[in-house]
Amino acid sequence: MKRRASDEVFVGPWFDRRKLLQSAGLAAGLAFLPMFQVDAAPLRYGLKPLQLDAGVWMLAGVDEAISSDNGGAIANITIFDTKDGAVVVDTGPSKRYGLELDAIARQLTGKPVARVLLTHFHPDHVFGCQAFASEALAAPQGVVEGLKQSGEDFASAMYYLAGDWMRGTEVVLPAKAIVSGHEDIGERRFRYVVLQGHTPCDLAIFDERSGILVAGDLAFLDRAPTTPHADLKDWHASLKQLGEAQFSRLVPGHGPSEKDRRGLVQTGEWLSMIEEKITEAFDRGLSMTEAMAIPLPSWAEKIALSRYEFGRSVMHLYPKLEDALWPRVDTRSN
Amino acid sequence: MCLSRSSFAIFAAVICQYAVVVAPAQADSPKDPMNSPMWEDMREAFIGDASYQFDPRVKVIVPEVVENQAQVPVTVDARSLPGVQKIVVFADLNPLPHTLTLSPTAAAPFISFRLKVEQATPVRAAVLTEDGTWHVGGKFLSAAGGGCSSPAMARNKADWSLTVGNTRGRAWRQADGLARFRMTIKHPMDTGLAKGNIPAFYIDNVMVRATSGKVLAKVEMREPVSEDPTLTLMVRLPAEDRAIQVDSHDIDGNEFSSKIDVGWKQSQLNTRELQEMHP
Ligand SMILES: [Zn+2]
Repeated sequence: MKRRASDEVFVGPWFDRRKLLQSAGLAAGLAFLPMFQVDAAPLRYGLKPLQLDAGVWMLAGVDEAISSDNGGAIANITIFDTKDGAVVVDTGPSKRYGLELDAIARQLTGKPVARVLLTHFHPDHVFGCQAFASEALAAPQGVVEGLKQSGEDFASAMYYLAGDWMRGTEVVLPAKAIVSGHEDIGERRFRYVVLQGHTPCDLAIFDERSGILVAGDLAFLDRAPTTPHADLKDWHASLKQLGEAQFSRLVPGHGPSEKDRRGLVQTGEWLSMIEEKITEAFDRGLSMTEAMAIPLPSWAEKIALSRYEFGRSVMHLYPKLEDALWPRVDTRSN
Repeated sequence: MCLSRSSFAIFAAVICQYAVVVAPAQADSPKDPMNSPMWEDMREAFIGDASYQFDPRVKVIVPEVVENQAQVPVTVDARSLPGVQKIVVFADLNPLPHTLTLSPTAAAPFISFRLKVEQATPVRAAVLTEDGTWHVGGKFLSAAGGGCSSPAMARNKADWSLTVGNTRGRAWRQADGLARFRMTIKHPMDTGLAKGNIPAFYIDNVMVRATSGKVLAKVEMREPVSEDPTLTLMVRLPAEDRAIQVDSHDIDGNEFSSKIDVGWKQSQLNTRELQEMHP
């Protein structure tokens, strides 16, 4: 992969990368809208750990869309202290984030990072992996496959969205495959549950010692769920399975960590709501932009990024509905 | 219009000049509210010396976030403007700005479709009314956002020829008497600019007719219309008509016909509701 300069833009439907760089259209665009500011000061995430339990911390993502202001640090990251070293769940959006994460994990635990677990293949969760030893990186095979397939495109998109924060970031594939079951690291026993729905492969992690459930992006709280690779039916089933578990505290992929099940419940309600609203708009003949403008229930409007994510979900779900529900009308099909 | 590689180079060079030296606007011409460096160029290409004004009655609706730059939903709605003859849609900073032209002969001046974009760009509609004046509306499409969708298209090159022309769609009788239809035609809509030397190949003409053969609307499409064009239109279909006839062809001369039954379900949609949605 070659993508070092900060003035590169991702592969679009028109050109390949090199051709794009030579194209004057880009020059016009950059003159018009300076998308990549040249910043003299080095960028820093300034991560602030929040203690959840003895030897457990969370680095909270901001409730925003990925941008060059936040550097893509929108997802929650969890750090566990064990006798054998730190265990980190998800690595953030960039190499720079990964390096800061490694430093803070060492500082909190006084030990190197023994294990890095990836919950799913989305770019805000996996692009800090370069900071860690490759043999420490572990994820279910489905996450690795997703990264193989889409990692480069995600990286390109992230460079475009977050700009200079991404400098030096590359796709890293975890060496160790995880299956449902448990793993003992130091004095902690981690239970792994491989599920799906937010993406084709989502890992939830339960730490028996603290009773904390790290749900990855299967759970969102007070921040609207994202659906680019979602299967809503599978997602509901996974939420149901997680809901049957006993846990002392939930760490959602985005939003605050709480001691109750609100993250699971709200995520399920949001998914039911968008499916109902989008299907209804589709059934009435609204085009995508019209469907994006329909009102949502007031509880949903209050959730951070609700309009933004609802609009995205319209774009994700509409093509599937068009394919599945419209009859063939071409004359040769008769 | 098929842009060859060499003519693209010239085209690019022209854009480059404009990027550096912004042509001064004539003293009496309206000022572009979006302040695009390409506006004068666009005006010359699509409006020429005819009189024009920037007009909020021409609404261009785009999402606040581009989820997939190969499929950006766009709606152009000029229903507040009387006497519309023609709607020309273009995107200033696309490699090929001209996107489509709608002639709403017996149709609402309204179209929804999906657009390919390369970068953030103004998306505009120039609407010609009976008095010979152009009314220009537009919206700046910010290309940043999303971040989770793969921009690359997953088209299987060997597969498209089997499904090209397959069309799906549905129509509704609206409370205002118009027939709204939505349809999608399988077609690669190749721009001729993508890697791999794939030549331009796109549907350039869509005719919408009543059963009698009367033309209701014509859509001329260009390269920037997304793969598998998906259109929403509203036509004044005679009350006794039970179907909308849509005939299209691509630049290689392939012809596609479809017939969309109307009236098997009435939409609860009324015009006022739609107007309210787009303040
Ligand atoms: Zn995710």
